Amino acid sequence: MGELTDKLKEVFPEIEPLEDPWVETVGVPATLLPQVVQELRDKHGFNLLNCLTAVDYIDQGAIEVVYHLMKVPEAEEIRIKVKVDRDRPEVPSLADRWPAANVQEREVYDLMGVIFTGHPNLKRILCPDDFSGHPLRKDFQLKSAGGGE
Amino acid sequence: MEHIFTDLAALVAGWVSGSPQWVQTLVMGCLYLIGVLTFIFLNCIFLIYLERKVSAYIQQRLGPNRVGPRGILQPVADALKLLGKEDIIPEKADHWVFRLAPIIILVPAIMVFAVIPFGKNMIPVDLNIGVFYFLAVASTTTLAILMGGWSSNNKYALLGSMRAVAQIVSYEVPLAFSILGVVMIAGSLKTSQIVAAQENYWFILLQPLGFLIYFIAATAEVNRAPFDLVEGEQEIIAGPFIEYTGMRFALFYLAEYANLVAVSCLGVTLFLGGWHGPWLPSWLWFLIKVYILIFVFMWTRWTFPRIRIDHFLDFNWKVLLPLALVNILLTGIGLKLYQYITLGVW
Amino acid sequence: MALGFRFDLEELAADTIMLNMGPQHPSTHGVYRAVLTLDGEKVVKLENVVGYLHRGIEKLAEDRTYPQIIPYTDRLDYLSAMLNNLGYVQAVEKMMEIEVPERAEHLRIIMAELSRMASHMVMIASFSLDVAGWTAWFPPFREREKILDLFEMASGARMLPAYMRIGGVASDVPPKFFPALERFLDSLPEMIEEVKGLIVGNEIFIGRCKGVGKLDLETALAYGVTGPNLRACGLAFDLRKAKPYGIYPRFEFDIPTLPNGDAYDRFVIRLLEIEQSARIIRQAMAQIPEGPVQAKVPRAIKLPKGEVYHQIESSKGILGFYLVSDGGNKPYRLHIHSPSFVNLGIMPKLAEGAIIQDLVVIIASIDFVMGEVDR
Repeated sequence: MGELTDKLKEVFPEIEPLEDPWVETVGVPATLLPQVVQELRDKHGFNLLNCLTAVDYIDQGAIEVVYHLMKVPEAEEIRIKVKVDRDRPEVPSLADRWPAANVQEREVYDLMGVIFTGHPNLKRILCPDDFSGHPLRKDFQLKSAGGGE
Repeated sequence: MEHIFTDLAALVAGWVSGSPQWVQTLVMGCLYLIGVLTFIFLNCIFLIYLERKVSAYIQQRLGPNRVGPRGILQPVADALKLLGKEDIIPEKADHWVFRLAPIIILVPAIMVFAVIPFGKNMIPVDLNIGVFYFLAVASTTTLAILMGGWSSNNKYALLGSMRAVAQIVSYEVPLAFSILGVVMIAGSLKTSQIVAAQENYWFILLQPLGFLIYFIAATAEVNRAPFDLVEGEQEIIAGPFIEYTGMRFALFYLAEYANLVAVSCLGVTLFLGGWHGPWLPSWLWFLIKVYILIFVFMWTRWTFPRIRIDHFLDFNWKVLLPLALVNILLTGIGLKLYQYITLGVW
Repeated sequence: MALGFRFDLEELAADTIMLNMGPQHPSTHGVYRAVLTLDGEKVVKLENVVGYLHRGIEKLAEDRTYPQIIPYTDRLDYLSAMLNNLGYVQAVEKMMEIEVPERAEHLRIIMAELSRMASHMVMIASFSLDVAGWTAWFPPFREREKILDLFEMASGARMLPAYMRIGGVASDVPPKFFPALERFLDSLPEMIEEVKGLIVGNEIFIGRCKGVGKLDLETALAYGVTGPNLRACGLAFDLRKAKPYGIYPRFEFDIPTLPNGDAYDRFVIRLLEIEQSARIIRQAMAQIPEGPVQAKVPRAIKLPKGEVYHQIESSKGILGFYLVSDGGNKPYRLHIHSPSFVNLGIMPKLAEGAIIQDLVVIIASIDFVMGEVDR
């Protein structure tokens, strides 16, 4: 548990520090995400939303949305994890205050089916618009597209 | 060698000398037309080859070198390929206009050659308003491009043809003004007299600024790089010609080269002494000069990036046109001074 | 109104048109599609449409063993395949805690920097082509050809070499590699001079690019723009210095920055970065020791349970590999954070108010590769 986590914990007691050998990691409840990110950005200078993705933990019935924030140019990093229910995955969108989140949230929505509430344009981005299902979910059935087999 | 073409014309004139006047006019007219057409097509075919070779050597390449010796038959292969292409007319296109445009674009391209003095006594029609005729006919090219762009029913084509109108209409003005200097000195609009006036010194020496303006405006007039905004391969993908295939496309291509030859011919006539030159036959001199000018056109094409449309029009109205006006003023002052010095009268 | 008709000013008002630029368009660099709303030639609105090259590499990776994934990474940014290799294998090594032999580390740096140069050369060449500076296309591609020849010597493949392995590189380079590399580095300044002479100082080119697609530092960071595009906004941020990976700390090099953040600066910064890459390669050539090029790794590679996010400075920006392992021989999840994808997100903002000709310049200056955008 690092210094930064301590400082965050003072402001938001609900957050949960997580173990990771390389980067400071915190678990944040979905509802609190915008405030935590705002705090990190305004008070601690994390000015680059580096990577936004999600992992499907089907055994736990959860999807984890993972944010990597970076302080530029010092290259200090923090990882934020938001665990949401697999059947009703809803996370508040950061797109309105952080344009970098716009396309990446669309990608996560497309491939993982996470709904980012408040996103201005939550459409599929990589898959075709008429695609059904979210391919990166573990229970997605792979099959040939052209009706072979 | 000098009289080979004039003798040929005289021979044909001799054959028909007994027939009525209208037959004579008709036969001679057809003869001149055939002569001009041969000139245009031979040059275009050679220019396609030359353009490829020149661009290749500028770009450290070899260029075409497989079809025929040194690739000289490449244009023939190209033409055959284009002939064999499917003729596609888009369903939503305005069929008649779409079909007409490539033919109409050739008409002014051929007509302008009527007033070009190809050599001593080798001018198809020696109009007394030759230069004016050239400009008037050449500017109708816009119409054909607009027809092609509009009838294609394609947005890129529309953008391209709108650019064509803006570009050609505005560059007409400095083009005409740059020529005025020459006309003032020669005192005639007749191309034959302008050439005759250059027997001792070429007008490029008296009108360097005029030549420069003519060269730039002519480049814009025939849509060649760096002013090939009408085609704009990188942004509007050949513009008005986007929907054309096969021979129809080839006709546009042909017209483009014909126009290039035409403005080079006029440039030589007005500024580079026309067919004047020692030792060699006059028509050969004319051809050599035309090709030197064409080479400069190619040189600029392959070394400059394309200009932006707003900069391009700014340059026309704010730089080229004022310069052309200044050129006319200076020419006028110069003429008066010359008169005063030689004749002693104002 | 004797003529019997009237003008309705409302009806005469100019309308906007929708124009579909791409996915087949000479200047959209692959299968990028922009849906434009145009007012005359002016862009009112641009909508990005991507996904035409989506191959689902992230999903495929979940069904492949760790070494099997390396060739897939080639197909991300296919103009700098070695850099993608490097990012991926380093992510795996980080989790396995493998010590890579010295010679392999040096070879990796040489290959990575060559890849960066090759990618920048393509950008310079295609940018010149997009402003119709045909001739300036040739010098960079001539030099890139030499780089591809070098890759071929080392790995047998030119564009998609899959040269790096977990724990080292596939094989040592042949003896003729270093003399050829030396010759290439010697011929590099000539190419840079040629490009400068042909296009950088050209009045028309400057007119086309200066002030076009202007991006300030604040906006660039908010949109997550990284790499040369960020450095052209005046911020000296480069992961090779800020958060070094591999053996980068041993080399001396500068991070070039330019102040204006317009298309012109984004073009020029690539030329400057090529020079710096050459500097790194020269040092690596001088220092490279003899020895093995592959560490001892278990035959069946299994990663401990856990996750890692490893990022490198790719030719386009921060390239990150987020790897989640459940202890098996296949990744549980592999996410590729691609710089092109994020950089492309700024297109709608930059395109506003530009004319079509500017748009072509902006697309070229952002320098994205669709293989990496769509993955």
